[in-house]
Amino acid sequence: MNSKISRREALAGGAAACASSAVLLRPAEAAVGKPAAAQAALMKFTGGKTPTKGSLKLSLPQIAENGNTVPMGVSVDSPMTAANHVEEIRVFVTKNPLPIAVSFLFTPESGKAAASTHIRLAATQDVSAVARLSDGTFLIDTRNCKVTIGGCGG
Amino acid sequence: MAIPRFRVPATAKKGDVIAIKTLIQHPMDSGFLKDKSGKIIPRMIINHFDCKYLGKVIFTAKLEPSISANPFIEFYARAEADGDFEFTWIDDKGTVTKAKAPIKVTA
Amino acid sequence: MKRGIVEVGLGVSLAAVVVLATLKMFGFALAAEAPGLHLKGVPAPAGSPFKTLYSGYQFRSAATKAMQDDDFSNPGMLAIDPATTEWSHVEGTAGKSCASCHQDVAKTMHGVGATYPKWNARLKRPVTLEQQINICRTQHMGAKPWAFKSDNLTNMTTLIRYESRGMPVKVATDGPVTPWYDKGKKLYYTRIGQLDMSCANCHQKYYGHHIRADLLSQGQINDFPTYREKAQHLVPVEQRFMGCMKNVRATPYKPFSDEFMELELYLASRGNGLNVETPGVRN
Repeated sequence: MNSKISRREALAGGAAACASSAVLLRPAEAAVGKPAAAQAALMKFTGGKTPTKGSLKLSLPQIAENGNTVPMGVSVDSPMTAANHVEEIRVFVTKNPLPIAVSFLFTPESGKAAASTHIRLAATQDVSAVARLSDGTFLIDTRNCKVTIGGCGG
Repeated sequence: MAIPRFRVPATAKKGDVIAIKTLIQHPMDSGFLKDKSGKIIPRMIINHFDCKYLGKVIFTAKLEPSISANPFIEFYARAEADGDFEFTWIDDKGTVTKAKAPIKVTA
Repeated sequence: MKRGIVEVGLGVSLAAVVVLATLKMFGFALAAEAPGLHLKGVPAPAGSPFKTLYSGYQFRSAATKAMQDDDFSNPGMLAIDPATTEWSHVEGTAGKSCASCHQDVAKTMHGVGATYPKWNARLKRPVTLEQQINICRTQHMGAKPWAFKSDNLTNMTTLIRYESRGMPVKVATDGPVTPWYDKGKKLYYTRIGQLDMSCANCHQKYYGHHIRADLLSQGQINDFPTYREKAQHLVPVEQRFMGCMKNVRATPYKPFSDEFMELELYLASRGNGLNVETPGVRN
């Protein structure tokens, strides 16, 4: 930032400029869903098993430019053979109204246990991907995505 | 429903894993937003997508209201033989949109 | 500063904000263009207030750029197929479609979108691309004009601009267009609304700086119609102008008004040399 503009002035001016269309989410009120609901949905998916960290990778920007369209991808290193493959990856969101964002179901013919889409995030929150493998084990990866209080873009 | 867009390579070597991308126009109304008069806009989303290849569903996505409008889905498939990739999108009203893309598989 | 939460939904909220903020910050001079940013631009044409022109793309995150760059991830591309179908759709009393006069859109419209707004000799005034499409419909096809923000009009505008994608914007400002260009320039620099701000206050003086969490661009329009992540649909340029005007608490001009045409003419010409990116993706 230009040092000639103080932080306070920049904030005030910025807020003023974009007042009428700004998205202002107070963290407490923005949390429409409850992290507990996401946790319960996750546990239901794993049948109570605690998933472990492994080769599952959740890709999500650290900061989303707009929470309405956030690129999200999941992948697991897996040979994708009949005997050893990823059956499903389910994505859980902790502060959206509903705890599950998407489920991807794979087969050995998928060749690769990976998929991407664009998701909505109602607020800054943790997003977890959980993979169910053909041997009955579960993997997890969790990322936090900051949903910015936009300026005019928000 | 709208005309979907998709990309499947025209040719691949047997055993290659190929990327498939699809896009379809849809508002994906979540059921949580209100219109200007304050009425809830009813939920209306594409809730199901699948891809069939050589007679078998090889990939399925179950979509929820957290998926952005105009759903984009990227996934993979192992090229085995000449055939069509058949895509199916189904929305909450039961509207089914189908599309297919052929692939030539070389040895 | 008081904040009032009106509604919170899936990433979309309307917030009524009452802000009585000093706008003294706009009296400060900028130290340098786009400090701390690594932007790729093109040299500005003679007479430009900028040294370098930067597309709005340059100010966006890697994720947003990637979405625009991939034609099968960029949801704005969903306009292309329906508009191409519409191109050959016969409508109106003359029994014509776009294709009746203009044949193959990919050939006849190549480079055309990069030149709008453009002088219309018959009407003796410049017109925007949207206006020209509706002129074709009403005067040559005998069809009804398409409404502002309608899928048909935005999709067709996107298709025609897309046929110039990668070509530099080339909007003429000389000759009979000049008085209209001058009016657009005046609009650009005129402070409006309760916040008493002009386009230049944000997009000329403070591009590259944050306005809250957002990074201000030069306000170039080479990407329009553009897919906004916020709106989750393609946004025509006049809708974006209206958004900016509402942001500074001014009453927006009417769609297809002379004011918007003049402003678009001036703004588009400020981007002469930038490549057309339609359909862009922005936050």
